[in-house]
Amino acid sequence: MADHTEVLKGIQKFPGINYPVLTPNFKGYQAAVAAGAKEVSVFGAASELFTRKNINCSMDESIQRFSQVLQAARAASIPVRGYVSCVLGCPYEGKISPAKVAEVSKKMYAMGCYEISLGDTIGVGTPGLMKEMLSAVMHEVPVSALAVHCHDTYGQALANTLMALQMGVSVVDSSVAGLGGCPYAQGASGNLATEDLVYMLAGLGIHTGVNLQKLLEAGTFICQVLNRKTGSKVAQATCKL
Amino acid sequence: MGNVPSAVKHCLSYQQLLREHLWIADSVTGVLDPSQMADHTEVMKGIHQYPGVRYPVLTPNLQGFHRAVAAGATEISVFGAASESFSKKNINCSIEESMEKFEEVVKSARHMNIPARGYVSCVLGCPYEGSITPQKVTEVSKRLYSMGCYEISLGDTIGVGTPGSMRRMLESVMKEIPPSVLAVHCHDTYGQALANILTALQMGINVVDSAVSGLGGCPYAKGASGNVATEDLIYMLNGLGLNTGVDLYKVMEAGNFICKAVNKTTNSKVAQASFNA
Repeated sequence: MADHTEVLKGIQKFPGINYPVLTPNFKGYQAAVAAGAKEVSVFGAASELFTRKNINCSMDESIQRFSQVLQAARAASIPVRGYVSCVLGCPYEGKISPAKVAEVSKKMYAMGCYEISLGDTIGVGTPGLMKEMLSAVMHEVPVSALAVHCHDTYGQALANTLMALQMGVSVVDSSVAGLGGCPYAQGASGNLATEDLVYMLAGLGIHTGVNLQKLLEAGTFICQVLNRKTGSKVAQATCKL
Repeated sequence: MGNVPSAVKHCLSYQQLLREHLWIADSVTGVLDPSQMADHTEVMKGIHQYPGVRYPVLTPNLQGFHRAVAAGATEISVFGAASESFSKKNINCSIEESMEKFEEVVKSARHMNIPARGYVSCVLGCPYEGSITPQKVTEVSKRLYSMGCYEISLGDTIGVGTPGSMRRMLESVMKEIPPSVLAVHCHDTYGQALANILTALQMGINVVDSAVSGLGGCPYAKGASGNVATEDLIYMLNGLGLNTGVDLYKVMEAGNFICKAVNKTTNSKVAQASFNA
């Protein structure tokens, strides 16, 4: 926590940019607010086993903890983004029913999250599953409050994201150079690379407000600092030319 | 394919469920290099040809065609382009000149009941000309189709396409050519291949080219690096409930084998994930 406080205090915050802080429980929420957080996020899962392994409690218990965070956040006018993990498959349970995803999403939306980000945590999803899952969730949560968070472990992230866009979702999570993954999901290696996503969106004529060139610069920078190879194909192709 | 040792080429028979293309010539001038020819003849004769699997041979001109047939080819392919500059740089002649050569090849092929597959390169962009109009792609495709190619494979040679440009290009081509004789050949240079393929499938295309482990590219297109990996494609098609008849595990075995043999890392994310888990 000391580390996160340092990060929050150390970064320069630009207007129009959100800097959400993950807060698994009320204590975490209080510490985040004390460190200057103006937005927080809570991470649920559509899998009982994953919840137990990831945050060491049952799904019901996690919802209760989030409820406390949400209550306090609402009182302080702090927006809360809700995340649902394992929406297209779980490293422990395997298949996840769309109905379960819809149930968890509905609960989190009802308790006050302004947006629900649906995560294919281990990247096992394919476009058909994405469609099925979104159809179920969209019965309970308006599409304008939904986002998708696809991992590219099996190379399916962009195709899955395209399907989500076709279904009306207009918020997509990604990470520069495809950095990040999930230490609790064996084999999970890498978010969708923002550069590759923005390349596709630009090609589709969708306005993101994101400058691809600057993104590439940011990606080059962070990869050098972390001494890691980029996960972005656009970045790789651009370096060759 | 020019640098793959012959012994390894013999083992390409492991990829028995996949379409494999043997280059009869990959020289810029289009002149056949006798030493390379011997190599390709060796490959054709060395592999075990399984029934139900196609082994098409690329034949840029009549000479190449005759040699391919002499070496035992039972299917051939001709490679056109939707870009004048690319055509000149790749096979050293204009699109019109190339079409005339292909007419001779395809006519002879038809005469001998040898099926000919037509390829159009640079359908979503060209390394030299940049943007390519859908109309140009349609024009070249129509030409190849009317001369007798049984199928036209539309290639995003340098992988610059996105689902929007794929859609626009296919809409144009499908006005002149039925989707049942079309295929897509997407490169994954910018990570767009599977999204582009999904778009093509949604529009009614049901033949997709790919390469095990995403090997291969285009030596004439700077930056082009890698076909879409068959493993990743099959993973998506399986998830969509589409029957390909291809066994993903066997493809992964083949991929593992060929990567070791040519000492290259796989470009397939499915393969990488499976070996990490």
